[in-house]
Amino acid sequence: MLHRSCQFVGLAMSVILSACGVAVPSTVAPSAPTAVKATAVPAAPAATTLNVFAAASLTDAFNEVGKAFEAANPGAKIAFNYAGSQQLAQQIGQGAPADVFASANAAQMEAAIKTGRVVSGTAQTFARNRLVVITPKTGPNPITQLKDLAKPALKVVLADKAVPVGGYALDFLRKASATPDFGAAYSQTVLANVVSYEQDVKAVLSKVALGEADAGIVYATDVLGDSASKVNRIDIPDALNTVAVYPIAALNDSKNAALAQKFVAFVLSPQGQNILAKYGFQT
Amino acid sequence: MLPGILLVGLMAFPLAVVLWRGATDDFASAISQPAALAALRLSLLTSAISLGVTVTLGTPLAYGLAHWRFRGHGLVETLVDLPVVLPPAVAGLALLMAFGRRGALGPILGAVGVSLPFTTAAVVLAQIFVAAPFYIRAARISFAAIDPHYEEAAIVEGASAWQVFTWVMIPIAGRGLLSGMILMWARAMGEFGATILFAGNLEGVSQTMPLAIYLGFERDSSSALALAVVLILLSGGLMFALRKIEAGWQNDAAAQK
Repeated sequence: MLHRSCQFVGLAMSVILSACGVAVPSTVAPSAPTAVKATAVPAAPAATTLNVFAAASLTDAFNEVGKAFEAANPGAKIAFNYAGSQQLAQQIGQGAPADVFASANAAQMEAAIKTGRVVSGTAQTFARNRLVVITPKTGPNPITQLKDLAKPALKVVLADKAVPVGGYALDFLRKASATPDFGAAYSQTVLANVVSYEQDVKAVLSKVALGEADAGIVYATDVLGDSASKVNRIDIPDALNTVAVYPIAALNDSKNAALAQKFVAFVLSPQGQNILAKYGFQT
Repeated sequence: MLPGILLVGLMAFPLAVVLWRGATDDFASAISQPAALAALRLSLLTSAISLGVTVTLGTPLAYGLAHWRFRGHGLVETLVDLPVVLPPAVAGLALLMAFGRRGALGPILGAVGVSLPFTTAAVVLAQIFVAAPFYIRAARISFAAIDPHYEEAAIVEGASAWQVFTWVMIPIAGRGLLSGMILMWARAMGEFGATILFAGNLEGVSQTMPLAIYLGFERDSSSALALAVVLILLSGGLMFALRKIEAGWQNDAAAQK
């Protein structure tokens, strides 16, 4: 019981945070020791804080990458701002103080390039991700295969089409509809079951994990570790899957340009790539 | 003087920019997009229902709180005020945990075939939860401010409790109730956090103006901007009406003395 309620509180927190959607630099846990050090030794130079804007799907992986980077670069402190990539691109466009942008698709990186704050051609692919269908662990489960998504009176949640994973989910439905196996009506029937287009991938995960929705489409990386115990996953075959490509770039107006470049290099380094692989990203 | 100007500027300037940008963009075509119209219609409909429910249930509650002292009186007042300061995300989560399919009341609701999350009814519930305190508070204060002599006089004349309530208290408290209604309505129309958590986001069902603005801004900013203009003008109009009512109230009070 205690274990369950703890899980629920964790889930609740992620629901709250994803619902806020606003920029909440997650400086709380990982950065605390650095901050303490900085105040304990007033003579030491102040820690340089790097603002990394990263897609919500990168949350767990980047938290660890950030810790490893801070360990390797004393005095450097990473403040992450996790949200839907489209929202981050929007914030960058409005002049938010970002040093690094890691997007969950090329389109939102393009949007950032259009704002002039990312130089075209500097973005590098650092990770790939796949889609999976998830269903709740608790309660009756009418969905055991992809075709079941078209069953009548289901509650399906997707990310909004402005969110990369929402766009990829529509791609999957389109591709499936083009195959005789699923039939032309598949996409339309599934979309008729959609009860909500959520603001980011973590919100989709929360709604399914809470059992409020019967199914959702998220990244394979969202169903690892902690979340794996809360949802069942149904794999989408390669032919129908869209491989999400994650580009990263340092912003050209970063006040800590050298450190920003260093972070990007770290993400692309074997150490960074190993961490990403550990969280299910294809590198 | 200067600090005051700064503060007013901080509040007025961003709104003015939105109005100006919205006005220079092609407002008419942006607001007539189907998604924008659906959001506008849904916001007006849900906030009107929320207002109706709140007034129906909240007026007797406010009257009771103003007139009777009972065990747990302070607790009820605090509870009813709480949503004003609660983050809307907490409100949404609480609603989901209480009325969600897997929530505390989920099985009971499910047994009678009711599933609230992802429905328009969920939007209304979220709005009532978050905005009703504004009405109840205003109503309670205006009921409490009524001179007890009016009530006593009515009772002496043989009025029943119900007659006192409907023919004496409601008319005297009228302005206060009206200003509470306006505040409640404006707050309900602006509700975002609890709605997106509890009701989700689907055009025509749960995508109210604030949700359409939030998600639309990332996709098609002209519609979002147009909706923001509408919301600012509507809320501004309501606040202006509130001022007029309260000013009239003070004049009346001065005239009585």
